[in-house]
Amino acid sequence: MLHEQVVSVDDLKVRFLGREGSVAAVNGVSFSVGAGKVLAILGESGSGKTVTLRALLRLLPARTEVEGRIRVAGHDMTTLDEARLRQVRGSKVAMIFQEPMIALDPVFSIGVQIAETIVRHEGVSYQVANRRALELLEMVQIPSAARRLKSYPHELSGGMRQRAMIALALSCRPTLLLADEPTTALDVTVQIQIILLLRQLQRELEMAVIFVTHDVGVAVEVADEIAVMYAGRFVELGPTDAVIGSPAHPYTAALLTSTVLGSAFGKRLETIPGMPPDLRALPAGCSFEPRCRFAEERCRAAIPPLFAQAPAHMTRCLRVAAREISLPGPNLGERNELTSSQVSGGGQR
Amino acid sequence: MNEGGPGGVEARDAVSAPILAVENLTKHFPVKGGLFRRSNAVVQAVDDVSFLVRKGETLGIVGESGCGKSTTARLLMHLIASDRGHIRFAGRLVGAAHGLSRRNLHRQMQMVFQDSYASLNPRLPVAMSIAFGPFVHGLAKSQAQQRAMQLLQAVGLDPLLFANRYPHELSGGQRQRINIARALALEPRIVILDEAVSALDKSVEAQVLNLLADLKAEFDLTYIFISHDLNVVRYISDRVMVMYLGKVVEIGPVNQIYRNPQHPYTQALLTAMPSMDPRRRTLRAPLSGDPPNPISPPSGCRFRTRCPFAEKVCEAVPPQLLAGAQAAAVACHMRFPGSGHSRAANTVSH
Repeated sequence: MLHEQVVSVDDLKVRFLGREGSVAAVNGVSFSVGAGKVLAILGESGSGKTVTLRALLRLLPARTEVEGRIRVAGHDMTTLDEARLRQVRGSKVAMIFQEPMIALDPVFSIGVQIAETIVRHEGVSYQVANRRALELLEMVQIPSAARRLKSYPHELSGGMRQRAMIALALSCRPTLLLADEPTTALDVTVQIQIILLLRQLQRELEMAVIFVTHDVGVAVEVADEIAVMYAGRFVELGPTDAVIGSPAHPYTAALLTSTVLGSAFGKRLETIPGMPPDLRALPAGCSFEPRCRFAEERCRAAIPPLFAQAPAHMTRCLRVAAREISLPGPNLGERNELTSSQVSGGGQR
Repeated sequence: MNEGGPGGVEARDAVSAPILAVENLTKHFPVKGGLFRRSNAVVQAVDDVSFLVRKGETLGIVGESGCGKSTTARLLMHLIASDRGHIRFAGRLVGAAHGLSRRNLHRQMQMVFQDSYASLNPRLPVAMSIAFGPFVHGLAKSQAQQRAMQLLQAVGLDPLLFANRYPHELSGGQRQRINIARALALEPRIVILDEAVSALDKSVEAQVLNLLADLKAEFDLTYIFISHDLNVVRYISDRVMVMYLGKVVEIGPVNQIYRNPQHPYTQALLTAMPSMDPRRRTLRAPLSGDPPNPISPPSGCRFRTRCPFAEKVCEAVPPQLLAGAQAAAVACHMRFPGSGHSRAANTVSH
């Protein structure tokens, strides 16, 4: 089945202009996501993952230079005027955030906020919109949904608030959902509920999802494809099992070994020396080169392009592409020893 | 597995003496509200918590938000006063007339917080921040400064480069190293790390965890490591204490807790961790809903409202933290023979 790409981004560059020089936050990012697919952008703070996401909706501050082509649901986002942009935001493309308490309006009830969005975008009556709001709360599995429609954000627990925000985001049946660390602020037992809910809704509604996270485990749980971002560039892009099972960039490999996984107990952690580069003065070559233990002279010469390491598995590492080095995959650990059967059968011994 | 008699935990495991003994620690916060700001409810943040910390070990404390892990840390440091309960440091009662004074406790026990920026004075060069404690506690200024330089070196920051910098000139990882150096400045025996690596990026977190391991060996430290990150707690801890709504639900050696958890909450917590293996994704959430509000916790067992095995006895009787086999203790009626729970053994074994 041929899916049309819901979003395609070509050579996106974002630069913040400031008094002390300009910050190159995103430096040439290209990707596309088809309907029903989930792309996770994995990166540490300052890697440009959130800026990339916000650029898709043109949600960036005024003194910002954006270059490149962004097509979302058939619209050229770079040339859209404000009125059309408002139409696209919220109806075709929706976004969920890390902190629902900030994203939701504290002075309106959940039901009013959802209904208002539906009326605004679809021009239906409030009666119809209210009915839809109730269906949406049921869809995101909020218990006693009818009562919760009248609740204000502060009356809900963290997990419920996040569900309400998902309901709001899905209110106009978007074709693309942008998720910016939506589970990061949640407790682990609630986080997994939200992950499973998003996964289920994404499948049912055939949405394309771009999921930004710093957590390898969360990316593995949600993504079909993972893009690893470093200093404003994708350094690796590929199917989830390929990226995690056989990383093709030294940064990905180092990130996986320095993440505390099942294998590491009692051993010394392998770390990445140094710090990410200053985005005001990026190195001329590979931006990971100063921290890379495989670096060579030619890594410093120019920014490596994305090479196809395998079909659909791209790397921005010269030496991996030339098959000069092989990177260790992670030992996925023993976490899976503990299966859910142990929980349900845990009583009798 | 129910054979470990009462007191089995401490008797069996008393290899090294406890450096810290916590008995029945309790802290309830009144919630003020309504007309005249009367206090109309209490948050039972920490309720009747007892545990031992042995010299030289790392005790991990895990639990979700509102479980009381940070309040426990603040109570241990006497940053807030407890309502009830005792803390003994190396056998001496803290805060009592003939016991250890608060000031002396702070020389023995120091704390590192999550927010590396908020916990440093923005107007002091970092070396001054480190030297401040020893200076206040009676060390000559030059000696205090010298110690600050040594500690900068010990935490992997070149004193010549970093001593005169201000907190805003450092990265999060470097600032947390400064906080660790400052905590060590009084040569404490226990360091409480309250989410000390949680705000750091993974690659930086690994560096700081390695540093903590080195410092522990070098300065002969005991750690109390509080975190919501179960992988990190597993990595660093010798023993783990699991808390839920102000209560200890399970405590024991790290491998035993992670490989064979006894409390349904511990089991759920571990199952809820995201899978790192794309071929084995999580298919079902172990628990539904959020942790209940600590203002009015459920009667009996506080976990019973989310527990798949809850029965009548769980509602009526709060389970005691009981020692099972192999040095772990668990607070669950299912693990207590004769408790009346259908999954518990019917007779009490001796």
